[in-house]
Amino acid sequence: MTHPLKRTPLYAEHVALGGKLVPFAGFEMPVQYPTGITAEHKAVREAAGLFDVSHMGEFMVSGPDALALVQKTTVNDASRIEVGQAQYSAMCRPDGGIVDDLIVYRFADRYMLVVNAANLDKDWEWIQEHAVGMDVSLEDHSGEIALLALQGPSAREILRTLVDVDLDAVGYYRFTEGKVAGIQGVISATGYTGEDGFELYVPASDAVAVWRAVMEAGSDQGLVPAGLGARDSLRLEVGYALYGNDLDDGHTPLESGLGWITKLDKGDFVGRDALVRQKEEGAPRRLVGLRLTDKGFPRPGYAVHAAGRAVGVVTSGTMSPTLGYGVAMGYVPAELSKAGTEVQIDVRGRLVEAVVQRPPFYTEGSIKR
Amino acid sequence: MSDYPSDLLYTEEHEYLRAADEDGVYVVGITDYAQGELGDVVFVELPEVGSSFARMETFGTIEAVKAVSDLFCPVTGEVVAVNAALDDDPSLVNSDPYGAGWMVKLRVDDPSELDALLDAAGYEAHVGA
Repeated sequence: MTHPLKRTPLYAEHVALGGKLVPFAGFEMPVQYPTGITAEHKAVREAAGLFDVSHMGEFMVSGPDALALVQKTTVNDASRIEVGQAQYSAMCRPDGGIVDDLIVYRFADRYMLVVNAANLDKDWEWIQEHAVGMDVSLEDHSGEIALLALQGPSAREILRTLVDVDLDAVGYYRFTEGKVAGIQGVISATGYTGEDGFELYVPASDAVAVWRAVMEAGSDQGLVPAGLGARDSLRLEVGYALYGNDLDDGHTPLESGLGWITKLDKGDFVGRDALVRQKEEGAPRRLVGLRLTDKGFPRPGYAVHAAGRAVGVVTSGTMSPTLGYGVAMGYVPAELSKAGTEVQIDVRGRLVEAVVQRPPFYTEGSIKR
Repeated sequence: MSDYPSDLLYTEEHEYLRAADEDGVYVVGITDYAQGELGDVVFVELPEVGSSFARMETFGTIEAVKAVSDLFCPVTGEVVAVNAALDDDPSLVNSDPYGAGWMVKLRVDDPSELDALLDAAGYEAHVGA
């Protein structure tokens, strides 16, 4: 017997909106609503979309050794962020393989780690294991917190009507605590689409009220509910990696394009020795962006060919709704990872021409860095 | 709610056939139910005019955002036309599956093979609507 699928507090909203629910990371999540993935994708690029991402996990770390634990278990330098700032990071195994990617939020009295739903149990055990002997308090708030992502060029104007804080004072990867539609929560200038927008952490018990208030506020500004399908194509167009597809414990951050968050000089952390060694030797494989120059739809698992033989594999891919051609991410040998390198993708027996390109593929997003 | 026109023949693989003006020629496409399940179609790969296929042989593929599916030839025959408009606008399969979203016209070799196909009621029962 497999585990029954979990539902977010917004499950009934998705059903009422005609959402097509599919199993994802142990949850029943909407992959799309009746207008379809392409229309939702375009709405987010041109106006705004509201995503339920309540399946994500939230861990609270507090106590005298809170920073020490975050530093030990993540690759980025959490000592560099201020209260009110968030940081993209990753957790690694001793061999450098990625346990998960995450966002670290620094509050006055604690850190909040936001992790992928599929890795929630694994991450929780991992962090607890590394907290042994440290003076910290660990709490899993995943079930009590709902997360709504409001994304798109109109997101800011829509949200402005509902909050009691100055959104323009919240810079990229910054957050503030405040009320959304009268509900106290965390308003975070983060996202996964390449567009301007905010992620709203609110109590699970108030999720429906906030969802409805945001949908109502955006009703005359082109706001649509958007599902996992659009979330995937939006993040791919801007080259954001997805754990389970592009990131996994068989690849290190240096191989996965996350060298920029890997601070080898911050002091010791789990995986550092292996990563220092790999940096000296050079990562043998690299996660790269691939732009199809022939017609075709690249999908995860398709082989990447060069000089007549299979040399790598596609980990994510789609037909870019905005750009009109196939875009993908995949692993290739380091010597083939340079932008402009010509390769082929085996699309069900047909070799389709592609070129290595440094993401983002789509560069016109409204994101305010 | 999916649409099941009564003047069509259907396969369990979610294709439909409609008698064309010319005797023995049928227009083939995928059903409204199928396009709904597939979601946004982004690419349809169709055979060349003049090619022949046996019943249940793969004659093309349909790429939707979520998945790729084979198109199965519903009856043995020769392709006499393909819908070139799908090259430019594959979303016609979603917006008008029984009209502008048709895929090929097939000259049927053995009309008795048509007897094995489903009528609208049979197909509706098949998809469990």
